[in-house]
Amino acid sequence: MTQSNTAVFSRPESMQSTVTHYCPGCTHGVIHRLVAEALDEIGARDRTVGVAPVGCSVLAYDYFDCDFMEAAHGRAPAFATGFKRLRPDMIVFTYQGDGDLASIGMAEIVHAANRGEKFTTIFVNNAVYGMTGGQMAPTTLPGQATSTCPDGRNTDDVGYPIRMAELLSTLVTPGYIERVAVHTPQHIISAKNAIRKAFQYQAENRCYSMIEVLSTCPTNWGKTPHEATQWLEKEMVPYYPIKCFKDPAWEEDK
Amino acid sequence: MARILMKGNEAIAEAAVRAGAEGYFCYPITPQSEVAEYLTKRMPEVGGVFLQGESEVAVGNMLFGAASTGKRVFTTSSSPGISLMQEAISYIAGANLPVVFVNIMRAGPGLGGILPAQSDYFQAVKGGGHGDYRLLVLAPSTVQEAVDLMMLAFDLADKYLNPVMMIGDGMIGQMMEAVEFPEGDPKKNRVKPEDRGWAATGAKERDPVIIRSLFLDPLRLEENTLQMERKYEQMRKEEVRYELYKVSAKNQLLIVSYGTMARICQTVIDELENEGVSVGLFRPITMFPFPEKEIRREAKKANIKTVLDVEMSTGQMVEDVEKAILGAKPVKFFGRTGGIVPTPEEVRSEVLKLIEPKKKHSVSGKKKK
Repeated sequence: MTQSNTAVFSRPESMQSTVTHYCPGCTHGVIHRLVAEALDEIGARDRTVGVAPVGCSVLAYDYFDCDFMEAAHGRAPAFATGFKRLRPDMIVFTYQGDGDLASIGMAEIVHAANRGEKFTTIFVNNAVYGMTGGQMAPTTLPGQATSTCPDGRNTDDVGYPIRMAELLSTLVTPGYIERVAVHTPQHIISAKNAIRKAFQYQAENRCYSMIEVLSTCPTNWGKTPHEATQWLEKEMVPYYPIKCFKDPAWEEDK
Repeated sequence: MARILMKGNEAIAEAAVRAGAEGYFCYPITPQSEVAEYLTKRMPEVGGVFLQGESEVAVGNMLFGAASTGKRVFTTSSSPGISLMQEAISYIAGANLPVVFVNIMRAGPGLGGILPAQSDYFQAVKGGGHGDYRLLVLAPSTVQEAVDLMMLAFDLADKYLNPVMMIGDGMIGQMMEAVEFPEGDPKKNRVKPEDRGWAATGAKERDPVIIRSLFLDPLRLEENTLQMERKYEQMRKEEVRYELYKVSAKNQLLIVSYGTMARICQTVIDELENEGVSVGLFRPITMFPFPEKEIRREAKKANIKTVLDVEMSTGQMVEDVEKAILGAKPVKFFGRTGGIVPTPEEVRSEVLKLIEPKKKHSVSGKKKK
């Protein structure tokens, strides 16, 4: 048998060769890679700009190998709107956490989606504020303990976690909204397909797209990486169902 | 091009188009909503972008993103809206991007009122957002000057890669005056993003461009901030603009005033001149960089006994006038606020109070007993 030099696995061109600052067991790295693979596959790296949020992934531009911009906390959708309106020929994505997107940036995400801005949002939901040290997020689960709700989220006091994919899918404006996860190889493959489809829709100038990715935060959850993936499956998935909520293809199929 | 009669807000909008602006983002607020109503029709005519955002917070950040393309972009708003844009202004300054902001000032604080004021001087000149930064601030006193400064604002924003703010009081936005625009294709002043190394145009055959204001290493952040300070130092050297009106060795008093208020002072100066009382006007046009040396030079002249600062506020620019003069002459202040524009009679009465008694002008001639 002759030796083959065909690479079956390598670093995506849209990623830099570097070590990330993310904690062991955090799934940001996996999600970064999926985004980079999708950009490679649609051949968009050299006409893409990413918009980094405020949060753990604020330094995303140190890992992606494409133009990048850093927005104010929660304002990435407004930032991306301004950019994409002036450069509709480019591929634009925001990469946002749950505090950034579902709390301080709620107005910006809802209105960008409602205007049908032709960019893609990668929404990383790990049910906690990561970078600031594990405070309660709008997505923190009922009873989940954090540094600002040490006895667990009290829904009588602060209400229930917000389901962003469901919320945005109520908008009449066409959009592609899907929730995925990356805690098992099978889920990673599905997540990759959703992310690639989102960028494909954008490249076709079809609609706004948001992929919500359920993510782990072992450090702030106080769990080992393995326990964290189990907790995500057991606690997060029942509240945040993994499914596609809205797809422009459905309308076209009717 | 012929002179045409135009409302200030619309003239400002047209000036921006002719300056090569390709993106306008806005949120409605009195007394400047005519800008948006004009541009919603005008921008598509020149292939530009018009977008009404969901809030001034969003609009400021849309501009941050839009400026990252390397194209000329701007907004107009009024005081409470400008307050909401301070977040983005701080980021845009920190990221060294060119954006033009227009504040058609209304009376504050809070919701305040919708009538003209100059009470956002501190916000514009002293930094309304967080961090060590400055805006280059321009203040027109006529509609024609608003047009000219609007065009200049885009050039200065590009020259310094810094946000520029034009502050006009509500009067400038609302009144109609004859204006003239430069001839030619409005698109000729557009810039080419590909020529600007800092613009995010896609990492094709070059390293990625990163536009940011975050520098976790304090030495790196200090370097960025000091680099900005060097720009401000260059502005202080090269961009000071002002106008002298009837300044002469006969002046007994020097008025410092800007915007609409300066025009009212000119009326007063003309009237008093006819009556034999000589007063000069120093009108700053750049509020930052402030014409400190120039005001000091005029105030120190032997014939000037007193300097009178007149504003539509409770006294904001006056602090910079005092700082400029360094105690060489007494500085008095007169102002009205809340949306009240002082009448020439009020200003005249303040001027006459400050003129030396022996030269005191007899207002009615009936005071002599």
